[in-house]
Amino acid sequence: MPKDFLQGAHDRYDVIVIGSGLAGLTAANTLARAGRSVLLLEQHYKLGGMATWFRRPGGHIFDISLHGFPVGMVKSCRRYWTSEIADSIVQLKNIRFDNPMFSLTTTFNREDFTRLLVERFQVAADAVRSFFDTARGMNFYDDQRMTTGELFERSFPGREDVIRLLMEPITYANGSTLEDPAISYGIVFSNFMSKGVFTFQGGTDHLIKLMHADLLKSGVDVRIRADVERIIIRGGRVWGVRVNGREIAAGSVVSNANLKSTIFKLVGEERFDPSFRDEARSVRLNNSSCQVYMALKPGDELDENLGDLLFSSTAPLFRTEALLSRDVTSRTYSFYYPRTRPGSDRCMIVSSTNARYEDWAGLSRDDYEASKQDLVETTLDAASKYVPNIRERVDHAEASTPLTFHHYTKHLDGASFGTKFEGLAVSRALPEQVSGLFHAGSVGIIMSGWLGAMNYGVIVANDVDNWLLKSAAAPVAPCAEVS
Amino acid sequence: MTSGEIKEVVLDILEGIAPDEDLSGIVDDVPLREQLELDSMDFLDIVMELRKRYRVQIPEDDYVELATMQSTVDYLAPLMKDLQKV
Ligand SMILES: Cc1cc2nc3c(=O)[nH]c(=O)nc-3n(C[C@H](O)[C@H](O)[C@H](O)COP(=O)(O)OP(=O)(O)OC[C@H]3O[C@@H](n4cnc5c(N)ncnc54)[C@H](O)[C@@H]3O)c2cc1C
Repeated sequence: MPKDFLQGAHDRYDVIVIGSGLAGLTAANTLARAGRSVLLLEQHYKLGGMATWFRRPGGHIFDISLHGFPVGMVKSCRRYWTSEIADSIVQLKNIRFDNPMFSLTTTFNREDFTRLLVERFQVAADAVRSFFDTARGMNFYDDQRMTTGELFERSFPGREDVIRLLMEPITYANGSTLEDPAISYGIVFSNFMSKGVFTFQGGTDHLIKLMHADLLKSGVDVRIRADVERIIIRGGRVWGVRVNGREIAAGSVVSNANLKSTIFKLVGEERFDPSFRDEARSVRLNNSSCQVYMALKPGDELDENLGDLLFSSTAPLFRTEALLSRDVTSRTYSFYYPRTRPGSDRCMIVSSTNARYEDWAGLSRDDYEASKQDLVETTLDAASKYVPNIRERVDHAEASTPLTFHHYTKHLDGASFGTKFEGLAVSRALPEQVSGLFHAGSVGIIMSGWLGAMNYGVIVANDVDNWLLKSAAAPVAPCAEVS
Repeated sequence: MTSGEIKEVVLDILEGIAPDEDLSGIVDDVPLREQLELDSMDFLDIVMELRKRYRVQIPEDDYVELATMQSTVDYLAPLMKDLQKV
């Protein structure tokens, strides 16, 4: 008989959280700490969602999405997790750019960007100050019509090099483009590019291990290999879920699955108002990614002058189209030194590029494997510019594609960073459609990335807790109808 | 709870949220944001903590009422008048 991953689970919880990405994990922990009984269901055999890692023979451990996050993670981890987690966050101080327009190194904060823009790019100090202040002052409630491209054109007219410096990292961080609303750029930029880039020392595996322990301490019932097939709605409100063939009830359900999968697959479009359905359908997903993972032989150390993160490109100009093309010209390298996992003797290189699902989905099995191998080879060639003799030094190299991301997280089209801006409003409006149903996961650009997802988990946990309190106070509606 | 007690509760919550800040000199009618380094997550934490401790519900539209210490206490007073300080 196959193992029952739900053995011992209760028939009812206050809250069921579907998915253990950082938003799901943090929502679950916050609700349990508020005294709610919480069941966390994850279809994969590991917790973490995109915050993940994998091991390969020879003792190599690769991190998927540990390239850098804003300083705000320290506060959020301390408050919603533990001080042990918060205290393991360290700054990455060597961020590099190398492209036909410029090559430079920066500590990635406001002072250093200002210095670079004034001294190297010869931009007037006033213009730089005003740009930073404008970005910082941007608020979710502001006018959403101005695009990021227009903001740049207004602040630095005709300066494609300046735009590249200020935009390329954000495009990598969340897939946003010059065509997206300026406010999403402003909010992310102010979080990310004003106080430096940070990482988690110990690696993603260590982080998730600590989070798992804290979830158990908070009393969350954590289940892996628990694939939610359906969110069950009865009497016009959420009833619970069907998972691994079993029905479990809950006062409220939080879905950390992809927003569109939640609406169209887990619930079913017939449950929603036509206008909401149309709005949800027109939400655009963010792009996916390709990565190449390269492990050096044990004991072989990378030169620290390589930096921690390197935004490299051979494209003469910065163009959204070029970033997504399978004809790869831009790669972001993360260089991991033994200090990433103190005590280890390994150095890793992970090259990331933005990519489109449809470019990979239509290939035959053979073509797919060949394209993956080609990606590994061309990346090794490109990386040899920075890491001499890389081919002799590498012990293991392999690639992932949009199909890989889709496989492990079930995100439609393997979306790496959730949805475009409009997804946030749809995510927020979900409870108005189905009473008791909430969504918490990467949406709207500003709620994506490790910090965005984590904080969004808390925001939604607050809504859920409030709603549970209110619905407990309200008289129980007659509920004869059964769907 | 009296207004004075409510203020003590809010200060206690703020101390947990901004442990590195000196709260002794907070001016009641100046926005908290101008006196402390608070962001929107911090205000959310105040809301969550009040609910956890006293089951006080503050709808999102009312978050603006938490702008200053005075407005916070005034807003909470009718909601918390029958509660005991814990
Ligand atoms: C290649 C790459 C690099 C990145 N680099 C960075 C970086 O350097 N810094 C940064 O801040 N961010 C980075 N990100 C983004 C960041 O990882 C994500 O935004 C964030 O981790 C997403 O969290 P989430 O909570 O939205 O959900 P996800 O991580 O997407 O998790 C959703 C979870 O739900 C589960 N699930 C889905 N459907 C079901 C179901 N039916 N039943 C049960 N479980 C289900 C999935 O298995 C998954 O575990 C990167 C992303 C990618 C792809």
